[in-house]
Amino acid sequence: MRRIIHAALIVLACACGAGAQPMRIDWLERQVTPPPVLSNMQSVPEQLGLDGARLSLGDIATTGKFTGQDYALRETVVPPAAPFLPAAQKLLAEGARVLVVKAPAQDLLALADLPEVRDALIFNTSAPETDLRGANCRANVLHSLPSYAMRADALAQFIQTKRWTRLALIQGAHPEDQAFAEAMRAALTKFGLTLAGEKTWLFDANMRRAAAAEVPLFTQDLPDHDLLLVADEPGDFARYIAYNTWTPRLLAGSEGAKPLGWAGVVEQNGAAQLQNRFREMTAREMQAADYAAWAAIAAIGDAVTRAQSTDPASMRAYLLSDKARIAGFLGRPLSFRDWDGQMRQPIPIVTERAVVALAPFEGFLHASNELDTLGPDRPETKCTAFGE
Amino acid sequence: MIRALLLSTLLASPALADEIWVTNEMDDTVSVIDVATLEVKATYPTGERPRGVTFNRDFTRLYICASDSDAVQVMDPATGEILHDLPSGEDPEQFVLSPDDRLLYIANEDDAITTVVDTQSRKVIAQIDVGVEPEGMGISPDGRIQVTTSETTNMAHWIDTETHEIVANTLVDSRPRHAEFSPDGTQLWVSAEIGGTVSVFDVATRAEIAKISFAIKGVQPEKLQPVGMRFSPDASKIFVALGPSNHMAVVDAKTFEVDRYILVGRRVWHMTLSPDESKLFTTNGVSGDVTVIDMATLEPIKTIKVGRFPWGAAARAMP
Repeated sequence: MRRIIHAALIVLACACGAGAQPMRIDWLERQVTPPPVLSNMQSVPEQLGLDGARLSLGDIATTGKFTGQDYALRETVVPPAAPFLPAAQKLLAEGARVLVVKAPAQDLLALADLPEVRDALIFNTSAPETDLRGANCRANVLHSLPSYAMRADALAQFIQTKRWTRLALIQGAHPEDQAFAEAMRAALTKFGLTLAGEKTWLFDANMRRAAAAEVPLFTQDLPDHDLLLVADEPGDFARYIAYNTWTPRLLAGSEGAKPLGWAGVVEQNGAAQLQNRFREMTAREMQAADYAAWAAIAAIGDAVTRAQSTDPASMRAYLLSDKARIAGFLGRPLSFRDWDGQMRQPIPIVTERAVVALAPFEGFLHASNELDTLGPDRPETKCTAFGE
Repeated sequence: MIRALLLSTLLASPALADEIWVTNEMDDTVSVIDVATLEVKATYPTGERPRGVTFNRDFTRLYICASDSDAVQVMDPATGEILHDLPSGEDPEQFVLSPDDRLLYIANEDDAITTVVDTQSRKVIAQIDVGVEPEGMGISPDGRIQVTTSETTNMAHWIDTETHEIVANTLVDSRPRHAEFSPDGTQLWVSAEIGGTVSVFDVATRAEIAKISFAIKGVQPEKLQPVGMRFSPDASKIFVALGPSNHMAVVDAKTFEVDRYILVGRRVWHMTLSPDESKLFTTNGVSGDVTVIDMATLEPIKTIKVGRFPWGAAARAMP
């Protein structure tokens, strides 16, 4: 089911209007082969992320029609086996200066450390590692995707507002599972909650046949809990946990109530309009990676319009300033933290059918912006690259 | 014949109180509030996702933007019956009626178009490309300029109603939701929901002459999101709905200072004045109700439960 495009390099240019100097925005994607999961019925959309970028380019190009600013999206997709950096360097040599990137953390960092991108602006739309906004942050990288820490903080606030105090955790064996589990542990501590017990899922059986038999036994020896947290970021086993646990319990994390940057069920604050436009264009639901790409290009468009410059340094300065108030259909203005380059954003807690709640929650106070209760705040940041 | 006339007079006389009509976005209905009793006296079904709503000048027709039905519906307010649909373009969200009572300027939210419909011939007479997600619709009192604001393009588009062409585009703050001309036609007021501001433009020069911000003690600044606006009858004040802050602001139209804030229901969107100008009715989307504000004291005096997600409001004066 998982198709990989083996084309060497796909470069598409969008001819958007007939302005004098279209501003060039690069979509740079490193394809990865997703790990095998226990169900093949829901595949990852081939143009996950890119679809959001394309929709957003259309939006800012419409604005540009009235301001006299043209935009062109250059799309480069590097297949899993092909070398990433040479592809990136070719674009930079051609004059790429604003890059919207979908790539794993190590590729992103290798790109950000190239000497020729020192004066460029990179948007990370797919790597959730909290570390990329911490000790491994880079001054030329802004992040429109929420970090693991932001999602975990949103969930912990939600759990706290529900007064669910007895918690257990199951985590998978993938590095992403460990990273999200670690973020959830840290978030529980941050908001005064504790974990009563935890287990790691190591089974390799085919759960479509054996879930009913395996999961009750697996969950039997967990200490009593109100809510079972699950860290299964690739979407492997957690779908078989619900309704099969030893005691009937709610799930949250990677399954059940999920803290996500975006989902197809987000509807309020005008989101229905964005969802309609996305569905009309792609015939699928908009996901968090699509939204991150959409938001990155919306931020670029806003910066160009408001700062009246296509220069990466001016755009970056505007986005990190308190002047930035980007409309992102989540009910609060989006902006970027000037200590780690992370986009401030509300985090919806969603099920398959509805938004259960929208973090941050009332009562989690902050001196300047409640959105900064999600993820590392200025006093605790480990990022030093932004201290200019 | 005489008997019939007498009977109809008798039947009509107790129903002479003015009315406020409210669209319920998630219920596909309009609620009719009796201004005398401040109670809902009728609820009528509409098309899907009704939002913008307005009466014609003699109150014999109610126009309703049925967004998800892709139609503007025409209702007989005497019976609550839908008489016919007008062609509206896709996803009509909000509209404004020309002062001569004839043309509807409709914002087609999904298509980035302003559609002009002749309510008599029932034909589309123009479609104008505007920015992404048009919403705010204002028209100058002399009917010469129509302004469409686009929420995602963040602009006010000034449209000449003779030529139906855009004559100017003015950048405003993030997510402009509403455009309102001052009654004398010299100023245009535009609210920016995510920007958190209201900009005031001089219509002659299209220059921004003021930008109004809001602050309420104990309310996060991000929640002060201006949406609907309405001038007081004497044009000395403008009322601004502040969305999820659950407050209305009362702004002095001369000094551009906020005089006071009024606590209303949750996520206040739009409003209308009673025909006798004694009361202001606000639609509170999340709490599903309407707050009644006494215009003499500027105090909220009653909350009226309506349908789910009340959006627009229009007043019907009875003869």
